[in-house]
Amino acid sequence: MSTQDDADYQHSIGAAQSGDEPIRVLDDDGHLLSSAEPPALSEAELLEMYADIKLARHFDQRAVSFQRQGRIATYAPMTGQEGSQVATSHALDDEDWLFPTYRDHAAKYVHGADLATLLKTLRGYREGYSVPEDVNLMPEYIPIATQVPQAMGMAWGQLLQGNDDTAVLCHLGDGATSEGDFHEGLNFAGVFDVPAVFVCNNNQWAISMPRERQTASGTIAEKAHAYGVEGVRVDGMDPLAVYAVTRAAIKKAKAPTDDERRPTLIESVQYRYGAHTTSDDPSVYRDETESETWRDRDPLDRLETYLYQTDVLDAEREAVIEARVEDEVSAAIETAERAETSPERMVEHVYEETPDRLQEQLDELNALREKYGDDAFAEVLG
Amino acid sequence: MSSAAATEAGSPTERLTLVEGVREGLHTEMERDDRVMVLGEDVGKNGGVFRATEGLMEEFGGGRVVDTPLAESGIVGSAIGLALSGLRPVAEMQFMGFMYPAFDQLVSHAARLRSRSHGQYTCPMVVRAPYGGGIRAPEHHSESKEAFFVHEPGLKVVIPSTPADAKGLLTAAIRDPDPVVFLEPKLIYRAFREDVPQNSYEVSLGEASVRREGSDISVYTWGAMTRPTLIAADNLADEHGVDCEVVDLRTLSPLDVGTVVASFEKTGRAAVVHEAPKTAGVGAEIATTIQEEALMYQKAPIKRIAGLDAPMPLHALEDYYLPQAVRIQDGILETVEF
Ligand SMILES: Cc1ncc(C[n+]2csc(CCOP(=O)(O)OP(=O)(O)O)c2C)c(N)n1
Repeated sequence: MSTQDDADYQHSIGAAQSGDEPIRVLDDDGHLLSSAEPPALSEAELLEMYADIKLARHFDQRAVSFQRQGRIATYAPMTGQEGSQVATSHALDDEDWLFPTYRDHAAKYVHGADLATLLKTLRGYREGYSVPEDVNLMPEYIPIATQVPQAMGMAWGQLLQGNDDTAVLCHLGDGATSEGDFHEGLNFAGVFDVPAVFVCNNNQWAISMPRERQTASGTIAEKAHAYGVEGVRVDGMDPLAVYAVTRAAIKKAKAPTDDERRPTLIESVQYRYGAHTTSDDPSVYRDETESETWRDRDPLDRLETYLYQTDVLDAEREAVIEARVEDEVSAAIETAERAETSPERMVEHVYEETPDRLQEQLDELNALREKYGDDAFAEVLG
Repeated sequence: MSSAAATEAGSPTERLTLVEGVREGLHTEMERDDRVMVLGEDVGKNGGVFRATEGLMEEFGGGRVVDTPLAESGIVGSAIGLALSGLRPVAEMQFMGFMYPAFDQLVSHAARLRSRSHGQYTCPMVVRAPYGGGIRAPEHHSESKEAFFVHEPGLKVVIPSTPADAKGLLTAAIRDPDPVVFLEPKLIYRAFREDVPQNSYEVSLGEASVRREGSDISVYTWGAMTRPTLIAADNLADEHGVDCEVVDLRTLSPLDVGTVVASFEKTGRAAVVHEAPKTAGVGAEIATTIQEEALMYQKAPIKRIAGLDAPMPLHALEDYYLPQAVRIQDGILETVEF
C-alpha cells in the first residue's frame, strides 16, 4: 500500500497519525483526540461494548483465581487485551467467521460463544469446544499460527462461492508471525485477494521472548506489504480505534473499491498484564514495572472515561452493568461446574461412524471400569 | 542399572529428578565440548518452560544458549545447518505436539543427509521434546507420537525413564554421529529422585534395560509407562504369584532386538505397554519382531496395552486414556492365564 493510501485509510476513520504511530481515537486518559472522530456507534452499542469489556475483565479475574483453586486447568489470561478482543468482534457482522487463539475468550464470547461452554474446555471437557449452530466460530487454536492459512482458505471459499457478505477474521499473536504458516497464509491471502482480516494481537511477548527478538522488522503491520496485503497499526488499548479500523477492514474485505485489496493485517498494539498462562512466571524474564506504563492506558478505564464524559454512562448505569456482568459470569461458572462427562466421549466424533476396533477398545475399558471401579483410574502413577 | 555400570567407580552422586538429569546431561556436555549449543523457544532467559535448560544461559552465554523466534521448522532446519557447519546443536521443541511444523526438516533432511550424500555430509544433532500425558495440559500438549519418528530410517529415537538414564542417554545422543530425537516423559519429570553420578558418562543408545527380572512374562515398555508397569508387576507378584520381567526399551530406534528376544525366549509370553494409540504404535513392531525371531517359544498371544485409537482427550478423561496399573495387570493376567 502506498503512503498516500495509508493516509487516506487513516483519514477515513478520522485519525490523522502517520508513519508507524498506531492509530488512536482516545488519548491515554480516555479523552477524544482533537484529530479524531469517534466511530459511528449508537449509545446502546457503546454501552454494550463497555459491558462486554467489563465482563471480559471480570471473567478473566475469576478464571485465574479458579485455576489457583484447582477448579480449572491451565488458563491464558487476557487482562489488558480485552478491549481489543471485544472491539474486533463488535466490528464483525453475524455471518462473518472468527478464527480465535487460546487467548481470545472475549472475542469468542462477543461473537456468540457461550460462556459456560468456554469454561467446560478449561475443566478438561472436549465438549467445551462446541459452538452454537448459528455462530460462525472455530474452536480455539492452540498450535501457533496454524489458523492463518485455514482462515485464508475459508475466506477464499466464500469468494469462490460468491458469498460477498461474508468476511473472515483471524486472530494471532506476535510470536505467530515467526511461523511459516503465517507467511504462507498471508502470501495466499494476497495472491488470491481474499476477504480476510488478520488481527495480530501484539501483546509484546511470546512467553519469554520480547517482540524485538521475534522479528527484526520495525513493525508487524509492515510485513503485510511484502504480501500485497494492507497493513495497519492500531492502539490495541483504545477500543474505539480498534473498532473503527477493524470495521473498515471488514467492509473493505467484502466490497473493496477498484484500487483496494481485500485482505488486511491489523497490528493491534497492546499488553498482557498477567502471565502468559497460569503455568508461567513472568518475573523470570520481564521487568514488572513495564506493565505499569501500559496500565496507564488501560482500555476499560479509557472507554469508561470517554463514556462518562459524553454522558453515555453514569454511576447508576455502571452499577447495573456491573451487577449484570457478575451474575452472568457466576451463572456460567455454576453451569460449567455442574457439567459431567464420561469416557464414552473419548471415542465419539473421532469418525462419523466409530470403527469396530475403536468400539472394542472402549468396551474393554468399560469392562475394566466395571470390574475395578472408577477409583482405580484416578492416577496414572498409582 | 547399566547407567551405574557406565560410570567410573567412585564418582560422587547427587539426587536428581529426571528433568534435572536432562539439565545435567546438557551441562556436563557443554562443559566438555564447546561445539555443543542449545537452541529453541524460551530456552535461554526463561530456562525452558519445564526449566530443563535453567541456568545454562547464565553460564554459557547467549551465543551457546539461544532463544530463537517461535518457529519449529526454523529451529530444526537451522540446527541441521549448524551441524553441517561443525557444531553440535541440541534443539528444544517446547512440546512434542508442536513438532509437526519441523517434521519436514526432520524426515526429509536430518534423517537422510548421510544416505543422500553417500556419507559425505552428516547431521550430528539432537532434537529434545517433552512428550506424553497425565499432567492436565491443554490440547496438543499430551501427545505420544514416537512411532512417527521410529518409522523414519536415519533417525534414532530415545526415551529415558529414570534421572540417571536421562543424563547418560542424552550425553550419548549428543555425542552420536547421527540425528537423535530425544523424547522426555514429562509426567515423570519431577515424580521421583535417584542418585545420579556427577561426572560425565554415557548410557549407550540401542540398549534396553531389564528393570525387573521374571520368568512368567516379558513386559516391554518405555518412558512414563515404566512406572505403572513396575507397580503392576509388584501387584501381580503379591496377589497372583505372577513373575513379570519388565524391559525398559530406552531406545526405540534402533531397537535392542537382542534383549527383546532373549527375554521372550526365557518367558514365552509378552505384553507391550505404551500410551500412544494402539494402531501402528511401536507395540506392533515389537510384537512382530518377536513373531519373526522367536515364534517357537511362544506360549500365548502377545498383548498390547495402549492408548486408544482416538485423540488424546482433554484432561478430565486422560486418566481413562492412559494405561493404568489395573489395565496393565489385567492385560498381563489374561496373557499368563491364556
Ligand atoms: C507450533 C507451536 N509451537 C510452540 C507452542 C508453545 N507456545 C504456546 S504459546 C507460545 C507463545 C505464543 O506467543 P504469541 O503468538 O505472541 O501469542 P500470545 O500467547 O502472546 O498471545 C508458545 C511458544 C505452540 N502452542 N505451538
